[in-house]
Amino acid sequence: MIGATNVLVPSRSNSVLSRIDPRCRLLAALALIVTAVSFSSWQPLAMLVLVAAIITGFAKPDWSRKLKMVLTMDGFILVMLTMLPFTVPGDVIFTLWVFDASYQGLFQAVLIALKANAAVLVLIALVGGMDAILLGRGLQGIYVPAKLVTLFMFTIRYIDLLRREYLRLRVAMRARAFVARNNRHSWRSFGYLLGMLLVRSHDRSERILWAMKCRAYHGHMHFGSLPRLSPQDYLFASALILFTAALIGLEVACPPLI
Amino acid sequence: MSAADLITVKNLHFTFPTGRKVLNGVDLYLRTGERLALIGANGAGKSSLLHCLMGLVTAENGEIAILGSRCETESEFRAVRGRVGLLFQDSDDQLFCPTVLEDVMFGPLNLGQSRDDARKIAMQTLADLGLDGFEARITYQLSGGEKRLVALATVLAMSPEILLLDEATNGLDADVEQRLIAILRSLSQAMVIISHDHLFLDQVATRSVRLQDGVISKA
Repeated sequence: MIGATNVLVPSRSNSVLSRIDPRCRLLAALALIVTAVSFSSWQPLAMLVLVAAIITGFAKPDWSRKLKMVLTMDGFILVMLTMLPFTVPGDVIFTLWVFDASYQGLFQAVLIALKANAAVLVLIALVGGMDAILLGRGLQGIYVPAKLVTLFMFTIRYIDLLRREYLRLRVAMRARAFVARNNRHSWRSFGYLLGMLLVRSHDRSERILWAMKCRAYHGHMHFGSLPRLSPQDYLFASALILFTAALIGLEVACPPLI
Repeated sequence: MSAADLITVKNLHFTFPTGRKVLNGVDLYLRTGERLALIGANGAGKSSLLHCLMGLVTAENGEIAILGSRCETESEFRAVRGRVGLLFQDSDDQLFCPTVLEDVMFGPLNLGQSRDDARKIAMQTLADLGLDGFEARITYQLSGGEKRLVALATVLAMSPEILLLDEATNGLDADVEQRLIAILRSLSQAMVIISHDHLFLDQVATRSVRLQDGVISKA
């Protein structure tokens, strides 16, 4: 199983973190990310990246997949990061052809890279191990509007549905000796595939809604409430507050990068 | 309309959005304890008739009365939907929660049961159908036969008074079919059963009607 299906499978992880209440984990992730984004020196950010990476490693030991997720995100911002030194005016480091690279731009790129990686790692470490039901319950527990949560749950469900529908159609094409080439026939066939995918998914989503209505669905999901916070949740929360305070202390002690 | 009629349909007309008219004045009734077989060619409108009965599609005109109350608007249908269970042709459409347990609990939760009660009902329903130990299974990883039985469990968990089965034996092997027959015969609910499988209908149905050219005739 790859991608979206993972989140649907009930988590059987038994790490220390997975026993923490999902509300605590969501709020912790939110607090850490908001704090990290407002930092302007690199030391606390580097520390956060390091700690989050270590927690990620403990949370689930499939390093390669986690690394791939982080690298995917880095891939998206890579172009912007390499452009930054050349687009921000300031003290010149070197000149490439006619473009000047500035220290200010470089530092900004470093900060953005650190912040982005810190945010992704924190999310993977704290929220990544949750399955869909737990996540839904957690989101509802921290008073995210029920409509948004439902929308979110359905997005998860339908992305998977689309993917499976696509794979089925693709197999059916291959069974009739279709090989993708760069020609008119291939492009038209892919057009058909995409169109059929949309029509079928729409039909199926309608039938699913019918099935839900038949079972007295009135517009919101019942995720059930979560148990009261346990002592270990409070322990986790205190540890997190201390850690955030330490990060803020580091931020105050260290000079800003720009 | 006699008092014992669970479902009464009078002069029902239905046309697909594409313009094809499939129901052209359908009259139908279902009495307590009956297991009514609804037969007819592919595309005759059997599924559409069941969808009309559940209020999932809107009939052009005609009367539908379910469990003694007349159903026309969405809110009227909504009131009876919990008391009528529809088993879909494709179980994949019906099972949308990650795990079997969540899926079976979905109906009872919507009917206002607490999470603990819903869990109890779900476990009991699964046990009744011989599906003990299925609760943690992932719905989309079940086999076709298992999916059908779990889909039936999701419907039965709401303790409906009427069951509508849309090609319930489609794609099932002989073993699962026998199991389904035994289950259906043991249930007390009145049913409308769509099927092309005459051997199956002979064992389950108490009366049968045919849908042809948009009207119901005796079979």
